[in-house]
Amino acid sequence: MKELTVEITNESGLHARPATAFTQLAAKYASKVTIAANGKTADAKSILTVLTLGATKGTSVTLTADGADEDDALAALSEFLTTNHD
Amino acid sequence: MRIQGISGSRGVAVGNVYRYIQEEIVIPDYTVAEDKVEAEIGKFASAMAATLKQLDTIRQKALKDMGPEEAAIFEAHMQIAQDPSLSDGIKSLVESSHTNVVAATAQTIETFANIFLGMDDPYMRERGADIKDIGDRLMRNMLGMNPRGLSHISGEVILVAHDLAPSDTASLDKNVVKGIVTAAGGPTSHAAIMARTLEIPAVMGVGDIEGFVDGEKAVVLGTDGIVETNPSDADWTEYTNQAAAYQEELKRLRESANLEATTTDGHHVELFGNIGKSKDAKHALTMGAQGIGLYRTEFLYMENDELPTEDVQFEEYKKVAEDMQGQPVIIRTMDIGGDKELKCLDLPSEMNPFLGYRAIRISLNRPDIFKVQLRALLRASSFGDIHIMYPMIASVEEVKQANAMLEECKAELTAEGKEFNKDIKVGIMIEVPAAAVISPILAKYVDFFSIGTNDLCQYTLAVDRMNESIGSLYQPLHPGVLRLIKHVIDASHEQGKFTGMCGELASDPVATMILLGLGLDEFSMTASSIPLIKKILRSVSKAECEEVANKALSMDTAEEITEYAKSVLAEKGLL
Repeated sequence: MKELTVEITNESGLHARPATAFTQLAAKYASKVTIAANGKTADAKSILTVLTLGATKGTSVTLTADGADEDDALAALSEFLTTNHD
Repeated sequence: MRIQGISGSRGVAVGNVYRYIQEEIVIPDYTVAEDKVEAEIGKFASAMAATLKQLDTIRQKALKDMGPEEAAIFEAHMQIAQDPSLSDGIKSLVESSHTNVVAATAQTIETFANIFLGMDDPYMRERGADIKDIGDRLMRNMLGMNPRGLSHISGEVILVAHDLAPSDTASLDKNVVKGIVTAAGGPTSHAAIMARTLEIPAVMGVGDIEGFVDGEKAVVLGTDGIVETNPSDADWTEYTNQAAAYQEELKRLRESANLEATTTDGHHVELFGNIGKSKDAKHALTMGAQGIGLYRTEFLYMENDELPTEDVQFEEYKKVAEDMQGQPVIIRTMDIGGDKELKCLDLPSEMNPFLGYRAIRISLNRPDIFKVQLRALLRASSFGDIHIMYPMIASVEEVKQANAMLEECKAELTAEGKEFNKDIKVGIMIEVPAAAVISPILAKYVDFFSIGTNDLCQYTLAVDRMNESIGSLYQPLHPGVLRLIKHVIDASHEQGKFTGMCGELASDPVATMILLGLGLDEFSMTASSIPLIKKILRSVSKAECEEVANKALSMDTAEEITEYAKSVLAEKGLL
């Protein structure tokens, strides 16, 4: 299992459409991926639990991935959180 | 019966009442026998398949009728429906507690919906409504009930409902649903937002819909938030005419909004909107604005007891920049003086507030306030084409000082690694007569001018525009004012800069031909005036406007000029 902590720097945080895109991206990987923020942990492939984190710009989040493609998943998801999509 | 509710969407509509009342879901309370668990979970799978199919149909309809932004809501619905936490929650309840699948769905949905409904953020609360909507649909499919929807209604109806879910509004046909009345909700409820998108007059929050009878005549006065049922025959005729006039107005606006503001000889004019709040930008776009010529930032300072922070301002400016989709947005820095009482800024009242401590004079004296605004403007400039405009400039020194502070802010942001548009355009309001006179000098220091005719006129003519007893002396077409306007436009053009106008004269049809003839590059006005001015601009040639302007400049009085301009318009059938 791999773990990585990043600060969200994209303007919209994990709100609305970015959250949808984030979970869709997570779903592309076979590994089990979680995202934790504000004391809560979410399944990165579940839009409902990701939204409940209430992670906005500036929030520090911890990503974990466990599986064959864990390195790729962490790289892609952390890049997603630190670039602007609008 | 006349009911006062809350305005949800403007306009007048008439029709027959259609009460949209849902057959209630009755959740069964049986438990599942051990050997039936698998079959019970199978019910969930087939209900899910039906749900996804229905949502996809709604999504396609939304895409066709309302656009990609609304269609995306149903894409999100489909994604939520397939969310692993939702299906895992439901399945585990059936497996471990032998709860029947409908009750398991109700419980799981409620848990998730409550998390969202309890959040502070209005966006997240709206997602709570989405989750309930999805759960409702899943359960109806499990129970073999008719899915929610409005596609079966015909005629011309006033839809009366407790509230409307996203899937209801997406399936409604605006040729059938003329008006909307809901018992619950307010101006920001989902139903109100959709009614505005679809341009259907709507009244929300009437509290109770028991009194409405199917088929009876009803009138929705959306702007006033009033619903009236069974009006007198005379009133009914009057309201029917008003509703037809409203439809006519919408049609005219739509036709006009898509047309270019180009003269018959191919000269393009920039037609912009004036706004006071970030949320007004979208309305300006609908009315055909190709940019924002004046965004007054005063409201930000007047709304609260405290000065607006950099982040608060940044969000507002960014929103306008994004809403305008890359079109120019001219944002005027704080223009406040002793005539307005400000809780966040202790300004002494003055004998002559219009000649006093105001606008740029305060800003230059209070870098602690001004630089916060400049930094917010700079940061927002990476999200669209923002231009900065300083108000009340009277001298070159003021421009230099303001620009020096702007450069300081740019240096700070660069050091902090924050992005902004390094070539942001900077202009000034021309409203002080001295500034108009020295415009050839000022043009060296700025990218553009915007003439504020209201103040330019009152300062040039020494006429207080609020004083009724001298109202007739307030003449924007006074030869003195016109000569100043010409001087300013010429000065900007000589140095390759542009001049706009954001005062009331820009929206006065009588002045349009003269201003265009003088070479005005951009007209900015309240959004509702745009269609009329556009119509005039499209009916005349630049060449004939130049003749009209020259002739006007040769006249002796404002009255003569006004009469002449009106006669030209009348001849062309434009008055």
